[in-house]
Amino acid sequence: MSDPIWVLSDKCVGCKLCVKACPFGAIEMEGRLARIDLAKCTLCGACVAACRFEAIEMKQKAAADASDLAAYKDVWVFAEQTDGHVESITYELLGEGRKLADDLGMKLCAVLLGSQVQEQARKLIERGADYVHLVDRPELAYFQDEPYAAVLIDLIRRHKPNVVLSGATTIGRSLVARVAVSVNAGLTADCTGLAIDPETKNLLQTRPAFGGNIMATIITPNHRPQMATVRHKVMKEAVADPARQGQVLVEAIAGQILKSRTRRTAFVREKESTVNLAEANIIVSGGRGLQKPENFEILREFAEVVGAGVGASRAAVDANWIPYSHQVGQTGKTVCPKIYFACGISGQIQHLAGMSSAEIIVAINRDPDAPIFNIATYGIVGNALEILPLLTSEFRKALGK
Amino acid sequence: MHFVVCIKQVPETTDVKINPETNTLIRDGVASVVNPFDVYAIEEAVRLKERVGGKVTAVTMGPPQAEAVLREAIAMGADAGILISDRAFAGSDTWATSYTLSAALRKIGDYSLILCGKQASDGDTAQVGPGIATHLNLPQITYVRKIEEIAEGRIVAERLLENGCESIESPLPCVLTVVKEINEPRLPSLKGKMAARKAAIPTWTAADIEADRKKLGLDGSPTKVVKIFTPPAREGGEVLQGEPHECARRLVELLKETIIAANA
Repeated sequence: MSDPIWVLSDKCVGCKLCVKACPFGAIEMEGRLARIDLAKCTLCGACVAACRFEAIEMKQKAAADASDLAAYKDVWVFAEQTDGHVESITYELLGEGRKLADDLGMKLCAVLLGSQVQEQARKLIERGADYVHLVDRPELAYFQDEPYAAVLIDLIRRHKPNVVLSGATTIGRSLVARVAVSVNAGLTADCTGLAIDPETKNLLQTRPAFGGNIMATIITPNHRPQMATVRHKVMKEAVADPARQGQVLVEAIAGQILKSRTRRTAFVREKESTVNLAEANIIVSGGRGLQKPENFEILREFAEVVGAGVGASRAAVDANWIPYSHQVGQTGKTVCPKIYFACGISGQIQHLAGMSSAEIIVAINRDPDAPIFNIATYGIVGNALEILPLLTSEFRKALGK
Repeated sequence: MHFVVCIKQVPETTDVKINPETNTLIRDGVASVVNPFDVYAIEEAVRLKERVGGKVTAVTMGPPQAEAVLREAIAMGADAGILISDRAFAGSDTWATSYTLSAALRKIGDYSLILCGKQASDGDTAQVGPGIATHLNLPQITYVRKIEEIAEGRIVAERLLENGCESIESPLPCVLTVVKEINEPRLPSLKGKMAARKAAIPTWTAADIEADRKKLGLDGSPTKVVKIFTPPAREGGEVLQGEPHECARRLVELLKETIIAANA
């Protein structure tokens, strides 16, 4: 039997329980026999569990030797830093990692790669790390895919962590996808929920798929480490405790590991300081309803008063009113701020995919039937160009600016 | 130069729902298309061919009907398509998928540059591009928004980072993943559509790509989906009533504390 899943024709009674159980619509009845469409099947096993007649069998992978897995200890957090400054996502990961480590009865470790970043190690301990693996080399001053990946691979092979977490950032995603392949680990992207299964001690990794319309929980039962990238702003930042004690382990690294075939030839910082939308607590976004590029100034003024980053819908970006780096939505960025102001944005499904997990959504739109109102916490029906200046002056007064 | 584009067939919309009674994904009437991010990768490969000469090959791994996306790539200007299809691939996660594609790329052999979209719109992982690079031991440039220079054995591309943009020089061959900003994809020409219809598309199986069976499909996939569910729907809240200035004042009352806290 070369197929990974099959129906036993002598046991199947044609009850259709499996048809109902399949989340992917991959099972159809052929007469009184279930037939599985392998093109649709993801081998999730729902049908095997649902069948009362043991008529569906799935190829089982040999379970890993428990003693092999037991050698893997501790929860690691990749400490992302830019210019020696630890990114906030790292503190979010430490907050979540602390819980996981406690549930596993293991230690929490931060892995810090950079140049002249020794002082940052202390901050990581204050935020919950029991120890820090520090690799401080000039070659690691800024993120480069190959040396960063090679160092992390080397550390994982030497120390065997149980869980490795990284931010689902440009850097994190580029880095750990390389690492996971090299160390033969499972990697789950863009998690919004992490927990430890109390029985198996597996990491339960929950993530959105299909632009957030479906959630999936994923495990890595037979491989270690269990690796995941975590979405920004979903987990709570660990609170700093200056009294916390921990160890800083300075790691020696062989020089050849630090070689990079690629080379950075230039770096241009985005001028607008508020452009890192993934980190923004408040985002003010404009869409087609702003009518012309000059009107983004009205939006920017409001954004400045409330301390917000500036986002945009695809329509505004495609019209060249604002650069692509501001685009929120399926083909742009996924954001999760405390407050998201959607100004003159109708709320196409592709846009909602990028922002619907915001805590509070404020929608300003002329069309009372715009889909954005279906998910908005607060809505104002009206012209954004008229409402925004009012909001700017009212908030300026209220915030004493 | 030989430009190879790795593409994926995905449902046309992400607006998929689970039928609460049957717990199945509702896919009725949802067409399959080329992953939107891959369209930029195809376009960029065709532009590079037009700039420096060479050929473009599109590769996809999937069921037999995924052949359709290869024809679309040919309609846009790719010279050939290869379908990687075998029951042994069923249940592949990103580890096994990138392994399988890398095995196909090894068989192709003479690639100069491998292009992928930054991620697929159904899985959203962004892991397969770097995965291919790692399996083939190639350098990578992810999130590319512009190719500045390309010459025999060398490329310079701009990568979009959270805080800006960097130019990266890499030897060839290497793997690029591209973002939407890189170009505006063309519509297929009539000539392209004709070529797409006529093209003979070979299917390569696990045996053809000389893949290690233990690294394919379910066996080669460290991750396993254990549960699929619909997130609780977000409900609409309050639409503020009154004159615009009244609405503005009311909103200030509602949000002032949150905004102060968010800026603290």
